[in-house]
Amino acid sequence: MIWVMIIGLHPPGGVRAFDTPSDAGGSITINWEVSPSESLDAFLGYRIMRAESTEGPFEEIGYVMKGKNSYQDQSVENRKPYYYRIEAITTEDTVASPVTPPVLASPQWFNTSRLNVLVFTVLISAFVLLYIRRARREKLFIRKIPGLDAIEEAVGRSTEMGRPILYSFGLGLLSDVVTIASLSILSRVARKAAEYGTRLIIPNYDPLVMTAAQETVKQSCTEAGRPDLYNEGDITFLTQDQFGYAAGVDGIIVRERPGTCFWQGYFFAESLILAETGHSVGAIQIAGTIAVTQLPFFIAACDYVLIGEEMYAASAYLRPEPQMVGSLKGEDIAKALIMTLIIFSALFGTVGVLLEHWFGNSAIINTFNQFVDWLEVGG
Amino acid sequence: MKREVPLVITFITGILLVFAFFIPHSPFGDLQQRFQIWYSIVAGFTFLLGLDSLVKHHLKKVQHKRSGWGYSVALLISFFTTLVLGFYSWVVFSSPYDLRAPFQWLYTSVILPLQATMFALLAFFIASAAYRAFQARNLAATLLLVSAGIVMLGRVPVGKQIWPGLPVISDWIMNYPQMAAKRGILMGTYLGAIAMSLRIILGMERTYLT
Repeated sequence: MIWVMIIGLHPPGGVRAFDTPSDAGGSITINWEVSPSESLDAFLGYRIMRAESTEGPFEEIGYVMKGKNSYQDQSVENRKPYYYRIEAITTEDTVASPVTPPVLASPQWFNTSRLNVLVFTVLISAFVLLYIRRARREKLFIRKIPGLDAIEEAVGRSTEMGRPILYSFGLGLLSDVVTIASLSILSRVARKAAEYGTRLIIPNYDPLVMTAAQETVKQSCTEAGRPDLYNEGDITFLTQDQFGYAAGVDGIIVRERPGTCFWQGYFFAESLILAETGHSVGAIQIAGTIAVTQLPFFIAACDYVLIGEEMYAASAYLRPEPQMVGSLKGEDIAKALIMTLIIFSALFGTVGVLLEHWFGNSAIINTFNQFVDWLEVGG
Repeated sequence: MKREVPLVITFITGILLVFAFFIPHSPFGDLQQRFQIWYSIVAGFTFLLGLDSLVKHHLKKVQHKRSGWGYSVALLISFFTTLVLGFYSWVVFSSPYDLRAPFQWLYTSVILPLQATMFALLAFFIASAAYRAFQARNLAATLLLVSAGIVMLGRVPVGKQIWPGLPVISDWIMNYPQMAAKRGILMGTYLGAIAMSLRIILGMERTYLT
């Protein structure tokens, strides 16, 4: 207390209140420079005070600990003027900053921090649409995807061995795009299985995926001219517990001894438990996932693996209609654009650093930093 | 009509959600959250569908004494015991997770150890998968074996004792070649997801409509 009295308590400086950018309204952000008195042991924090006129009355709307210099007031009405002041508090004393000018909250029609995403989305979509158009005029090349080519061989092998096929979507939900991609693969697998008269078992983690899988298999059996082969009892719900699901699928593998296992969807830590059990019964295994952390496990334990984007390409690869193939080519062009951007940025940044180091010219590196900031946080 | 109506709904919903991502102003701002709530409600109802499928499947198996019907009996007993204890704990203790509730006992003494057991199996499966993956049959497999050996040794205290450079090389492998490959895969995956989403919105991808 004596210390506070001797050197005096300073209020926070440069208090600024403004409408929170890129939001749906109802929010005002207040920034300030921390008080020079923060180094005092008795210093506690800042009290945020608000009023509807300069004279007050001011009411406390929030409190932040020392070290913080920002607060977001989410309890304001749109288009109504508010006045703020920040009070620095110690155990004994309080000192207030000057009152800010009036500030009004309002909703925005565009989230400027997502301008970078918009630019890239428009570019990528334009490439995709352009190549879909181009694919209608000329035949475009798609590289071979061994994991998808092997579907027929795998189903055939199961048929020869007289064993069923097991298909799993992993822990993916129907709202995951990868599950939709997996349904395309299931459609092909189910059709081949129906043509060969092989049993298809699909244990499910999500009831919605189960329903979609039942419909897909039913449709494929009908298309193959074997609607009698559809058995709803083979496409069941197991559990929504991760390791409970792994235990259930492992049990099915050990009891039914499938000739082929398809692991197509979103997997977590259970991936290797499933794939190694499949390997232990001698099944040919085709995996596919977008979970980068699980890919090494599948690569170690399975015969074929669809890596990331190959899963999304499955529907276009299995049904090579011009518009589907065109979308794949558009994606490739977008990839080329990103690779060019990475190489250009690396060169740009390196030249900027060298110029600053050798000639003291920081113009290039500053432009590069602004460019990187824009890529990271948008406009 | 049976196909056109869902396609129109998908198109409108997809476009609205794309707009909602860029427009914070009402009514777009909270659209994604609102759709997520609708999805949760629908998913809640389909959970009953899942339970129906599970119970019916195993009851049939027991009824017809199909191979492995004993496991189905175990499943049905476990299922109904959990359900009854859950409801009992909810009614008597206001929450199934109350420390005095029998459901809580079932959860901590049976369900958690079973989950942990399954997770622990992973260690053995990693060993068996690594044994196969690390066999130096060609150049790629040899590179994998060498880099995996360095990374594993570099991440344990004994690695530093053997040679202080091991953790440095291990970190370099993880931060540069490994990270570059991972990011390459991720970029491809995100682009694939964008193209796939575009195909779904424009009605080219119709597998989910079967």
